[in-house]
Amino acid sequence: MLELHSLSKHFGGVRAVDDLSLTVNQGEIFGLIGPNGSGKSTTVNLICGVFPTTSGAVVFEGQDITDAASHRVVAAGIGRTFQNIRLFGDLTVWQNLWVAQNSVEERETGWFARWLGGQRRGRDYAGELLKFAGLADRANELARNLAFGEQRRLEMARALAARPKLLLLDEPAAGMNAEEVGQLATRIRALREHGMTILLVEHVMELVMGVTDRIAVLNFGQKIAEGAPAEIQSDPAVRTAYLGTADA
Amino acid sequence: MDFYYGMAQLIGVHTLLGLSAYVVLLTGQVSMAQAGFFAIGAYLAGMLTVLAGWHIVPAMLLAAVASAFVATVVGFPALRVKGLMLVVATLAFGEAVRIFWFNFDYQIAKGNIQVGPLGGEGFKQIRYFPENGWSTADVALFIWAWVIAAMVALWWLDRSRVGSVLRAVGEDELAAQSVGINLTAVKVSAMTIGGFIAGLGGAIYAHYTTHIEHLNFGVILATFAIAYPILGGLSSVIGVLIAVIFIQGFLVEVLRFMGDWRNLLFGALIVLAMNVRPDGLFDARAMRTLRRLFGARDA
Repeated sequence: MLELHSLSKHFGGVRAVDDLSLTVNQGEIFGLIGPNGSGKSTTVNLICGVFPTTSGAVVFEGQDITDAASHRVVAAGIGRTFQNIRLFGDLTVWQNLWVAQNSVEERETGWFARWLGGQRRGRDYAGELLKFAGLADRANELARNLAFGEQRRLEMARALAARPKLLLLDEPAAGMNAEEVGQLATRIRALREHGMTILLVEHVMELVMGVTDRIAVLNFGQKIAEGAPAEIQSDPAVRTAYLGTADA
Repeated sequence: MDFYYGMAQLIGVHTLLGLSAYVVLLTGQVSMAQAGFFAIGAYLAGMLTVLAGWHIVPAMLLAAVASAFVATVVGFPALRVKGLMLVVATLAFGEAVRIFWFNFDYQIAKGNIQVGPLGGEGFKQIRYFPENGWSTADVALFIWAWVIAAMVALWWLDRSRVGSVLRAVGEDELAAQSVGINLTAVKVSAMTIGGFIAGLGGAIYAHYTTHIEHLNFGVILATFAIAYPILGGLSSVIGVLIAVIFIQGFLVEVLRFMGDWRNLLFGALIVLAMNVRPDGLFDARAMRTLRRLFGARDA
């Protein structure tokens, strides 16, 4: 579904992502892990067209989306969340989703009808998403007033509001406690039940090992291992680079 | 009585100017170009009624469309710069427009006098209202019909998805793009709407003052334009109106006894407002309180 072909991004002399190739299959939960600064977030940003690639290609469902504008990437069917939450704080919870639904309806209706349509349109789907994120009773709250965990959930719901086929989650468990991580895992599995493909960029090991089907490990921008969670855990190169040698 | 009608006319026109800056500011763009769009509207509408003998309404609309078109053209390069650089770029545009009218001559003979814009001399005798026998009260009503129409249109726009999209862009461009918003389309649209409203304001201004010159459309006017939504806050169009009444009605008129010292007060007030009430005099909370006072339910 998503293929990266020799993707590279150099910032000056720093090779943030270096010759990275990987394939995420339809319906899969794919984990992307690695130590701090190994190029995980950069990879997400390259896929989403946040900044231009140095070389290589991003192919989504057979369509070359390398260096496409961010909104086109969304229109192609890729949604994302941010490592440091980026909600529209002065909009209500509900409006955050409403804004994100804009691009879906662009595919379905003319821009005029879509822009000037009343608040009721798309309400059902947004309501479903709010229920899914456990925010149904917070719909009219300003996003900035939400608790941290709620903000994370809202951001995920906002990404889903654009009805993506592939969801990129950039460290969704950062700052969460064990209970919240458990709920997140349940939610991620539920999404897969609905046919969503997920690329999970994460630091929190329980989550990655618990929910993913396959994992790729990055170190200094390069892929050093790829395989099922069990294989990754026992891979000596991964233990050295990521888990550290001390406990090997 | 005429004093109050004059006041109402001035406040109406400045409200249009403030609304034009409000729309653009919603997307996070601080534009100093609004005085330029206002000038284009003023000169074009004046030329249409005086030189071409048009009725005022089509003249205003065509002038506003022309302003909107120029705003669209300005909007594209303006996308490439942000923050302070955008302020400088739009300021330069506004000054360029002013200098254009400073150099622009186009006069024709009407009876035994020459009419039309004459460079630094300005554009005199835009006498549509007196020639057609409109009283000051008629003119004030006419202006306020436009102001109310613009406010209702923007209020509605604000409540529709457009409002949320504009605010989303103003708040976080990267996040907005990542949920599928086309930044170029949104920012240029906001600029275009702003250009249209400023053009309307300018068109009316030219007719009620009957004499315009390039000096009317300088940096001071551009500063006023952006000061209204900043002072009034971005929570609703009502804030702009209140800010205009406060500045034009209170600061300029009531404090007239202070002479030119008022300008100093004006500058100090902006600095103070930005520090004490960064979301405007009437921020979201104040608006909610107001709404509750008037018995409306919270949205």
